[in-house]
Amino acid sequence: MSKQTNPPIVLEAKGITKRFPGVLANDSVDLQLHKGEILAFLGENGAGKSTLMNMLYGLYRPNEGEIWIKGEKVEMSNPRDAIDRGVGMVHQHFQLVPVMTVAENVMLGSEITRGGGVLSRRKAEERVRELSHQYGLDVDPTAVVEDLPVGMQQRVEIIKALYRDADILILDEPTAVLTPQEANELFRIMHDLTDEGVSIIFITHKLKEVLNVADTVGVLRRGKIVGSAKPAESTQESLAELMVGRAVLLRVDKEKADAGAVVLKVEGLQAFDDRKQLILRGADFEVRAGEIVGIAGVQGNGQRELVEVLTGLRTAVNGRVWIEGQEVTHFSPRKITELGVAHIPEDREKHGLVMPYSLADNMVLNDYYQKPYATGIIMHQDAIDAHGEQLIEKYDVRTPSVKTPASSLSGGNKQKVIVAREFSRPTKLLIAAQPTRGIDVGSIEFIHTQIVAQRDAGAAVLLISAELDEVLSLADRVAVMFDGRIVKILPIAEATRERVGLLMAGSEDA
Amino acid sequence: MATKKKKDSSEGMSIGRVWRAVSIPLVSVLLALLIGAILLLISGASPMEAYQALFKGSFGSMKAFGRTLEKSTPLILGGLAVAFAFKAGLFNIGGQGQLLVGAITAAYIGFAVTGLPLIIHLPLALFAGSLAGALYAAISGALKTYTGAHEVITTIMLNYIAINLTDYFANGPWKDEGIIARTPAVLETAVIPAWGFVPIGFFIAVLMAFVTWYLLERTTWGYEIKTTGLNAFAAQYAGIKVPLIIIMTMGFSGFLAGMGGAIETLGVVGRYQPGFNAGLGFDGITIALLAKTHPLGVIPAAILVGAMQAGSSQMQFDADVPFQIIDVIQALMLFFVSADVIVRWLLGRRGEDGDKVSLGTGWG
Repeated sequence: MSKQTNPPIVLEAKGITKRFPGVLANDSVDLQLHKGEILAFLGENGAGKSTLMNMLYGLYRPNEGEIWIKGEKVEMSNPRDAIDRGVGMVHQHFQLVPVMTVAENVMLGSEITRGGGVLSRRKAEERVRELSHQYGLDVDPTAVVEDLPVGMQQRVEIIKALYRDADILILDEPTAVLTPQEANELFRIMHDLTDEGVSIIFITHKLKEVLNVADTVGVLRRGKIVGSAKPAESTQESLAELMVGRAVLLRVDKEKADAGAVVLKVEGLQAFDDRKQLILRGADFEVRAGEIVGIAGVQGNGQRELVEVLTGLRTAVNGRVWIEGQEVTHFSPRKITELGVAHIPEDREKHGLVMPYSLADNMVLNDYYQKPYATGIIMHQDAIDAHGEQLIEKYDVRTPSVKTPASSLSGGNKQKVIVAREFSRPTKLLIAAQPTRGIDVGSIEFIHTQIVAQRDAGAAVLLISAELDEVLSLADRVAVMFDGRIVKILPIAEATRERVGLLMAGSEDA
Repeated sequence: MATKKKKDSSEGMSIGRVWRAVSIPLVSVLLALLIGAILLLISGASPMEAYQALFKGSFGSMKAFGRTLEKSTPLILGGLAVAFAFKAGLFNIGGQGQLLVGAITAAYIGFAVTGLPLIIHLPLALFAGSLAGALYAAISGALKTYTGAHEVITTIMLNYIAINLTDYFANGPWKDEGIIARTPAVLETAVIPAWGFVPIGFFIAVLMAFVTWYLLERTTWGYEIKTTGLNAFAAQYAGIKVPLIIIMTMGFSGFLAGMGGAIETLGVVGRYQPGFNAGLGFDGITIALLAKTHPLGVIPAAILVGAMQAGSSQMQFDADVPFQIIDVIQALMLFFVSADVIVRWLLGRRGEDGDKVSLGTGWG
């Protein structure tokens, strides 16, 4: 890479403004992407990162401003226009057909035919092999996509873009689904790509990654670019401050745990996933009062099913669960809640909230039938609203009113609503699944503090997170989950990043 | 002080909200009448004359007004049935079947049970009809929860079964003497009286609209139903027994439709007669949509449709306009309410989903 010769600008946005009804999503944003550069975009949720990317990829049209690609002013009305100009996007959720092979997926939409509409699978396979070799992607074109690990599937997405001659790649939170090892591999690939002249825009909210891979960092806040920085001259703290607009505590401040009696005991727990495959294959562990047990693991190793069984949302096919010595294996969600279990669900929009409901109504989601919110079947809206007002105040939920529908809040504030609701009941056991997924640094700090406060108040906390950093900074003991089992439980002092990462990837204990 | 201020502003908001909610149905009705007028012009009639006759036939006299209320009664209940089920995310297309089952059950209790005073006989017949509708609809609810069969399909199928079943009873075991296939007239102790020209059944229907509204907005049951309808996963998370809610909601929906049939039998026709209420259950869908599935909005929506049906013969008589034009106008109303993009555009109101250029995100 020859930075000093000032490589040409391949993509430029000038004064881009995008309005949605009632929201200014992007406010005269400028950006420049140079050839062979990795430009990272940092920003809290709702800062306008995705809107900006969607405009560059032709999914939205800006209200004002211009987009220039390779020296040419462009008006794009759909992704085709973007693809034709060499812009490719890898979405956070992959757009692959699981039952097809890599080559079939790659050529889908621009199939090579031998004339007469007969597919030339071999040509596509050759091309995939070439690309794979050229950029060090190591993808087998004949493999069936559903058999590939997530990191590989992501590479297939990258090949899809390269196959269409993309030389500008937009990666939308690419590391969200990867293990630390897979993420490192991805960064290597990104560098190989830029060495070959590909330019990359990379969206993330993980500060460490930005410092590791980006050449330039742009920070978005409330739709505006509030700063750009060179990683060499930045620290995580300085970037976090730019992003949030104030100093942020990145490490969790906590005392050593004072673990008490066993609250949650799990023995040989097995469960099916939605496709009726045995995915939880026998989990054994305990969580004591006053400690945080963090479950580390790559997504899809049975964590979701484990949480669902523990909270009564899924039936166990085998094994037993006790809470404070009482067997609760086949209890209903309501009974489990009434025992003093709080649950921050993994998917807050699916399980945790009713979007059209007001915040007040959402904050009584699992005790709406109890006093003072209801007497018999008659509900008392005044009491519900008062309760909501109180929690909004206490948990600093940023909302115009307690009557505001949950759908209009940002991700971080939605999560605060759930946290407020779950923490407002007396809690013996807290099950927090991905409590800070996709939310901004400021809210993460707040929620982490609250979880530690619950622990210090004597609750047993089970934390499930795909963010290894989150588990390592919060947990007192780390349980590593792989292939439906808890493969190892380490005291936090022995849980190094490398060791846990290897265990997560399924290797025998190092 | 502070709280009082807040209340004032929220009241101000609610007027705006009411207008937002009402404007689309209102404009839809006006548009439908306008296009109806154009159609009348094309067919050579005078729209003014026709609409005047329509008004005269529905509100022009006490008698006409009474007829409008009478026509509105089963429409309110049918509309409520659809609107209520909709709150739990269920689409009850089976109002017609539930109404028929309710009607014939009420008729049977009305003619076959003897020796009771009105104060017991009438409520018994009314309740039996409603309950029959409830049980009939609950079949669809149970099928949905235990087998996953979609309620749209099963309620439609059950409509056909209801038609044939009631035909069989009216022409078989419960057939009146004579050659006409119908049940005997209900006893006087089971007839819903009229109050002058005003049918009492209408007030029962209005009462049920308020009961439905109260159930939905003020009780834990309503909270459970709405939660299930808006997000069944969150309902499960909240400890709500979703299968039970689905069955119970279908049941109460059928209860309302069945009551519509029972009132029609006990208050208007006086017996069960096949075909007497053809289509009433389906009009419920129109009315529920026109009311934007609000239980109280169902009342004006049903009166509107009821008035058009009540006035159509007057219109045919005075202005020499075929009564089918009413069906056309009704269809247009439904069209504009469901395709509310058109009305929104006329009102200069943006769609909720912003102005996304394209929905496709893939490469294809």
